[in-house]
Amino acid sequence: MSGCKRNGAAASGKTAHIAIDPVTRIEGHLKADVTVENGKVVDAKLSGGMYRGFEQILRGRDPRDSSQIVQRICGVCPTAHATASIMAQDAAFGVKVTNNARITRNLILGANYLQSHLLHFYHLAAQDFVQGPDSAPFVPRYQKSDLLEDRSKDLKAVNAAAVDQYIEALDVRAVCHEMVAIWGGKMPHVQGLVAGGTTEMPTKDRILEYAVRFKKVRDFVNNKYLPTVYTVGSVYPDMFKVGQGHKACIAYGVFPLDNAYSKFMMKSGVYFDGKDHKFDPSKIHEDVKYSWFEDSTTGLHYSEGKTIPAPEKEGAYSFVKAPRYNGVACEVGPLARMWVENPPLSPVGQKMLKEKFGMDAKRFRDLGEDAAFSLMGRHVARAEESWYILDFIDAWLKEVKPDEETFTAYEIPESAEGTGFTEAPRGALLHYLDVKDSKINNYQIVSATLWNCNPRDDKGVRGPVEEALIGIPVPDIDNPVNVARLIRAFDP
Amino acid sequence: MSLNRRDFVKLCTGTVAGLGVSQMFNPAVCEAISGSLNGERPPVLWLQGAGCTGCSVSLLNSVNPHIKDVLLKVISLEFHPTVMAWEGEPAMEHMFKIADKYDGKFFLVVEGSIPTEAEGKYCVVGEADHQEITMVEAMKELGPKAAAVLAIGTCSAYGGIPAAAGSQTGAKGVRDFFESEEIATPVVNIPGCPPHPDWIVGTVTVALDAIKKHGLADGLGEVVEILDDDGRPTPFYGENIHDNCPYLEDFDNDLLATKFTDVRGCRMELGCKGPDTMSDCYKRKWNNGMNWCVQNAVCIGCVEPDFPDGKSPFYEPA
Repeated sequence: MSGCKRNGAAASGKTAHIAIDPVTRIEGHLKADVTVENGKVVDAKLSGGMYRGFEQILRGRDPRDSSQIVQRICGVCPTAHATASIMAQDAAFGVKVTNNARITRNLILGANYLQSHLLHFYHLAAQDFVQGPDSAPFVPRYQKSDLLEDRSKDLKAVNAAAVDQYIEALDVRAVCHEMVAIWGGKMPHVQGLVAGGTTEMPTKDRILEYAVRFKKVRDFVNNKYLPTVYTVGSVYPDMFKVGQGHKACIAYGVFPLDNAYSKFMMKSGVYFDGKDHKFDPSKIHEDVKYSWFEDSTTGLHYSEGKTIPAPEKEGAYSFVKAPRYNGVACEVGPLARMWVENPPLSPVGQKMLKEKFGMDAKRFRDLGEDAAFSLMGRHVARAEESWYILDFIDAWLKEVKPDEETFTAYEIPESAEGTGFTEAPRGALLHYLDVKDSKINNYQIVSATLWNCNPRDDKGVRGPVEEALIGIPVPDIDNPVNVARLIRAFDP
Repeated sequence: MSLNRRDFVKLCTGTVAGLGVSQMFNPAVCEAISGSLNGERPPVLWLQGAGCTGCSVSLLNSVNPHIKDVLLKVISLEFHPTVMAWEGEPAMEHMFKIADKYDGKFFLVVEGSIPTEAEGKYCVVGEADHQEITMVEAMKELGPKAAAVLAIGTCSAYGGIPAAAGSQTGAKGVRDFFESEEIATPVVNIPGCPPHPDWIVGTVTVALDAIKKHGLADGLGEVVEILDDDGRPTPFYGENIHDNCPYLEDFDNDLLATKFTDVRGCRMELGCKGPDTMSDCYKRKWNNGMNWCVQNAVCIGCVEPDFPDGKSPFYEPA
């Protein structure tokens, strides 16, 4: 069986069209249409195949209900949607949360960062590099998968260790969920994050329960996840040279370190044209020329955003809108955050970059623009961010006060608006809330998938993942493994 | 070695309260139930409609049997968009091939609802023969061939959030969809937003056990017997949250919590929907027994057919 269906008519000569639908091992429904010429991708279209209509469903409801409903956008990162929603509510209701609430919120979201990154690398992306057991759901797979063992017979042991880690990581990510549940109530979909703070005050016992589990996760990140990412990376040096895309990124700032939201673990910022820029929310707008939404809604700032589907619209090819910052298609996610913050690299990273790549890198930007904005660079960014958050979680555990208040009461105003800016593990996330007659009048969500997986904007400029696909090698069109490898590196 | 229905109900309702039902489904039991349908691990095709993948993520939290045993020893997961190795048209064609090969003998698991408006265009699940296939089309093709459908999660069971007021996608749960398409395949609902992993694994285990002992038709008949009017297995959904709540005594003494962080007091004034909700969360708890919604905040009634509209506003008393 061929690895992927070609469009028969267009497969003649050196040009071939390949459709991968569904792109599996992601959250949601995505199709990739690529044109291959002389063994490389020369054009790409990404199509999001699902529309549920959260913005329409939210209208007219009690504003507090939004944090529960929006979590159901994504079962992998519900905590991030809850966080964006309650921050928007805090802003609209004019409530200032306590120090203890801010820290408890960080501990809840932080645990889910670790869960999401481990799930992404081991259970979604790893099968792009590692050969699993010869049993469903690990088979069938591409005949020529370009896996570790295909690259060298010497890598049998590395492959076997990675498969063991796949199994172990199932437990570690479940332990991360336990950490979320300690104050989040349950996962997926937490009860503990609400406007005004959190619903449960930490106690000594619960802090200890979190700390015990955290140690297990920390050991896994340090001793397994980080070294494995660099080891796999060293077998695929070619993957550090492809997938750069627009080399433009945006981060909103996440894990506030003070109650004025002036300092963050990962700061806000924008990078394009080789320069750093200050993040200014007024410069975001969303285009819909190539999206199945009414043309009259294109080019709007999110605070004026409208979501009116038009599934029959000619020329459109996706249910994803195309957000732009100052007109630029920016990517979001761990790479964007790491590039903007430029934190120190882990000791494992510094050592292995030296040994395996001869690279003297102390901080993330020392990787250089080309290697950082690459297919493998995105996996490195995610692993390094998982390491970077460990010391912060440790500090929050020491800082959080047992039995000290985490909830502040408030009244829902008759009319108000507020925006919540945060970062889901997979990238920048904002929720905009407009309240009239104490009900939701307008609610708009600009999620990470919108930033990364969007179609062309009104000017015809490709979305970040579409652009990053250009130049991806497809030596065998029946086995286009690198196409989805690149898409998955973004954690769509 | 296998588990009869009485044992199962007992396990679910009594002696292991607080431990989690799946504690009992040890590897020997998994071994005993494998081979229920065709001498191999029963093939499972897992379709995702309009949903958030939260049900799949919840299933990954299965403790005992471990999710690895579920995947490698209990069932043969031939199609699952979030975990399978393969992708694209060949993956879709593999799914349809399995459905033909095991016609009437595979389980179809459905996560997410089925959007029926705009000719199903609000949810495309993949391509085969260069044609996009909508969730509606996939359900019409696979539904009649399945031995039974497990509708996992409230979206799949009753429509859930994608079918809430304001939605224009015509999202439907499996039973409603089958009724309008006149598809007679039995449906077992395992609602929850998301469902507890024990509810999923426990239901699969009892179904395979019954089929192994009594054959496909009679075995499934036995499973259908334990369903309530909303299609849910009563061992998990047979009890009311409020009637079993640790704060019930506070309620009886008129001690009501006035803010979330109150340590004592019934949560009713904060909007708790426990009195209108049937599930065993109170004893099973979540994430390996770590916490549960009422202890943490309030119940929002996510296992009920009228979730979310009938349960909102979530933070106002019913």
